Amino acid sequence: MTFFEKLGSVDRRWIFLFIAVAVTIPLLTGRSAPVIPSPIVQHLFDAIDALPPGSRVLLSLDFGPSTVPENLPMASAVARHCLKKNLALYVITIWATGPPIINTLMNDVIRADFPDKVYGVDYVNLGYKVGNQGVIQALNTDFKGQYTMDAGLGKDLAPQPTSRIAMMKPIGGLRDFQFIVPIGSGFPGVKEWVQFGGDVSGVDVGGGVTAVEAPLLYPYYPQQLSGLMGGLLGAAEYEAALTQAYPEFGESAKVALVRMFPQTVAHLVIVGFVVLGNIAFFAAKRRARKR
Amino acid sequence: MRASKQRRPAGVELMLLSLAWILAAATAFAQTPPAPSQTAAADSTAALVPSDTSTSAPPPAPPANVTASDAPSDGGGVVIVRWELSPDDAAAHLVESYRVLRSENGADFKEVGTVLAGKSSFRDSTSDGVSYQYKVVSKGPGGEGESETSGGMASSGQWFNQERWNLLILMLLVCGAILFSIWRATSGKPTYIRRIAGMDAVTEAVGRATEMGKPVLYIAGIQDMDNVQTVAGLTILGSISKLIAQYETHLLMPTSRSLVMSTARETVKEAYLSAGRPDAYREDSIYYVTDEQFGFVAHVDGVMLRRRPAACFYLGAFFAESLILAETGNSIGAIQIAGTAMPTQLPFFVAACDYTLIGEELFAASAYLSRDEKMLGSLKGQDWGKVIAMLFILLGSIVTTFAQGPGDSGAAHQIAAFLHRLWTGAAVGGG
Amino acid sequence: MKRGIPIAITFLVGISLVIAFFVPHAPFDSLDRHIPEYFNIIAAFAFVLGGGNLLRVHLTRITRRDHEWAYSIVTVVGFLLMMIAGLIKIGQTETGTGINLKADLADPALFFNWLYDGIFVPCQATMFSLLAFFVASASYRAFRAKTPEATILLVAAFVVLVGRTPVGQWLTGWVPPPFDQYLHIPNLSAWIMSIPNLAGQRTIQIGIALGIISNSLRLILGIERSHLGGD
Repeated sequence: MTFFEKLGSVDRRWIFLFIAVAVTIPLLTGRSAPVIPSPIVQHLFDAIDALPPGSRVLLSLDFGPSTVPENLPMASAVARHCLKKNLALYVITIWATGPPIINTLMNDVIRADFPDKVYGVDYVNLGYKVGNQGVIQALNTDFKGQYTMDAGLGKDLAPQPTSRIAMMKPIGGLRDFQFIVPIGSGFPGVKEWVQFGGDVSGVDVGGGVTAVEAPLLYPYYPQQLSGLMGGLLGAAEYEAALTQAYPEFGESAKVALVRMFPQTVAHLVIVGFVVLGNIAFFAAKRRARKR
Repeated sequence: MRASKQRRPAGVELMLLSLAWILAAATAFAQTPPAPSQTAAADSTAALVPSDTSTSAPPPAPPANVTASDAPSDGGGVVIVRWELSPDDAAAHLVESYRVLRSENGADFKEVGTVLAGKSSFRDSTSDGVSYQYKVVSKGPGGEGESETSGGMASSGQWFNQERWNLLILMLLVCGAILFSIWRATSGKPTYIRRIAGMDAVTEAVGRATEMGKPVLYIAGIQDMDNVQTVAGLTILGSISKLIAQYETHLLMPTSRSLVMSTARETVKEAYLSAGRPDAYREDSIYYVTDEQFGFVAHVDGVMLRRRPAACFYLGAFFAESLILAETGNSIGAIQIAGTAMPTQLPFFVAACDYTLIGEELFAASAYLSRDEKMLGSLKGQDWGKVIAMLFILLGSIVTTFAQGPGDSGAAHQIAAFLHRLWTGAAVGGG
Repeated sequence: MKRGIPIAITFLVGISLVIAFFVPHAPFDSLDRHIPEYFNIIAAFAFVLGGGNLLRVHLTRITRRDHEWAYSIVTVVGFLLMMIAGLIKIGQTETGTGINLKADLADPALFFNWLYDGIFVPCQATMFSLLAFFVASASYRAFRAKTPEATILLVAAFVVLVGRTPVGQWLTGWVPPPFDQYLHIPNLSAWIMSIPNLAGQRTIQIGIALGIISNSLRLILGIERSHLGGD
């Protein structure tokens, strides 16, 4: 076997090692990647940016710990955007693994970056409801019936009846929101919010999903989805749009932008290995033809 | 038509209010007029924008033309109240919200809901058969304006959801084609079905495991019995486990759901019974692991690396764990046959497995393996469904292309609009 | 009889749910809400069955010192520890420093949360992270230009891999309009994902939908019976 032919049978553990190095070293440098928002993400940003102050936004965090690196930056960027625009933010989840993620959003993003915002007036945590798409269907007509208690803020604020929360008063159903932003990674997720939430209530929906789910949702854009963040790149594009419009978020809202650097290097490493594999393939083919 | 019911302040107050109103109106006309509100998009993004915060703001004009109608195509219990926005809503920003009041006798009105300014409809939950009358009150910082009373309306349930007539037609067409094909298949004429390479390889895969003395690993997805892919995976399991029983190979089947475990045990037990090998059936070869996606795949990976199955079947609904399973199976040199109806996972299976059943092939597999005429006939009916879909796609593409062209294309526009309504008439379904 | 009853139940429930989709009037209006709830209740009880089976299988392995019995110890200890931690957290909240056995579910000092955040979350993230390595090894093995179709796939993969990063912008950002519509790698990547890829996905979804209709009809009419065992 010639050297070129050997390139076609590299032990997979070398590939794993190269990927590990390709991801680790760029991550340690902490540099951001220069990302330009794509039209589908820019539309989502513009849709939220155009909402007048006081508009109600429902943010649903429908993902688990495994996709936090992709989905949490999306949720954080949207939450920062909404609160910067003085929109009323209602945070829920229909995944059982959602509540700890909501707590992270509340403590590390909302309360940290917006200490002047008041719980129950500017934002509220309504927690988890079991029932998958059944919950979404029920929220169309009986939002308060589903959320008789909020989920509070951990040790700092105990759960209380939603009848005592000012921003819950005008909510009868999903129709009383001006925008719905589901961030998801599987079932139930953005597709269910479009089918059972947005289509039924007539409220605009724009969301974020993992990269592998994004192509499935392109058919819904632009009529049923105002925009879509797909994967880490989508999150980075939204952060880029946010920091361009509001430079004060330049340091806090760059989690996905920083992670794009190792992703870029990893993609190039994969391309390199594919090229090596094809070199080996053509070398073997040429040798076989010579024989 | 403006409502005539307004409060009448006395003398001096009336003069001051009139003066304030004239000043406000003059200021509004002197500014650049805002973009016309799109009443068709009544659920617009109007927010709480009290632009005139002065305490002398006049009460907003009441909304007009309040009508109540039974919500169409529902099970009853809902009346839709509609009205024309107050003239002071968009232009003068004197309206903050609308209060909806309801009465059963035309006298005692009680509030049933509030909507933001800019909205012109409200869905009220009611009791069927009871006639209700409604009033809508525009509310602003300067006071309120009450509309006239609407006519009485009682809600009732309908027996057919008219928004879904298009789906009913399509369902009758497709199901009719399938049932007709099943009937035709039982008439004796053999049904031709193209080869499905993955299913042809089942015998080879089980045979290989038997020769190597290694087990066969079967994963029926990670969803529960309410997912049709899981049911499809279990129907194929019935056929494959019969072969496994005949070859006296060992089956390993970790499951991610308890109900799947129970159903799979019954399926495999019956398969061993019909193969004449009930003694070879081992209940513990089918066992529950965990509902958690990555916990399950971690266990399955461990089993693969330790037990080294010679044949791996992944037939059902999978998510992100599909590539982990397939690559691990590849690393142990197993022959892998996968099938799923999750379009996002198909590329991973195609890249890493020896054979992949793509989408509908998963649902056709049990018919293919059994060679039952009725089941093969149903596959033919599916093909007719595809022909119907292709015809509509072709027709829609041609008509939409002409409808977008220059010149007089009125007919093309109308056909395009009809086709659009045909395909998107139902709210649920999307895409 | 053994298979007759399940087939009859499948037929009745299947037909009722199809009718309920088109008929909003009572009693059909609540069918599509309640029947999935019945399933959830059954699945919840079935979980007890699964959990019991898990314990039985692994305890049997431990007592018999069967193959892989050491892993069974880890499984049983993990199962019981998490279950006990979850059950004892209910009740009066402790306010001491350090790890609390009873506290609010949102409190990171709760023992249950400590197990969740310290063991479950990193394990789940680790398994998901394996995908990055496996994508690389699968791509290396699968993307070979063996046929014209495979070559097209290879080129598309290159474009999308590069286009989903800032490198695509850096490589072809200089291309002037109108050529940038197809020669600008990010635009080309977006075109591949939203036109040919989407066409393929939609086609597969149409086929899947028809397959589901056919399969469901066979199940409802009792033509498909393999999952009940036997022929």
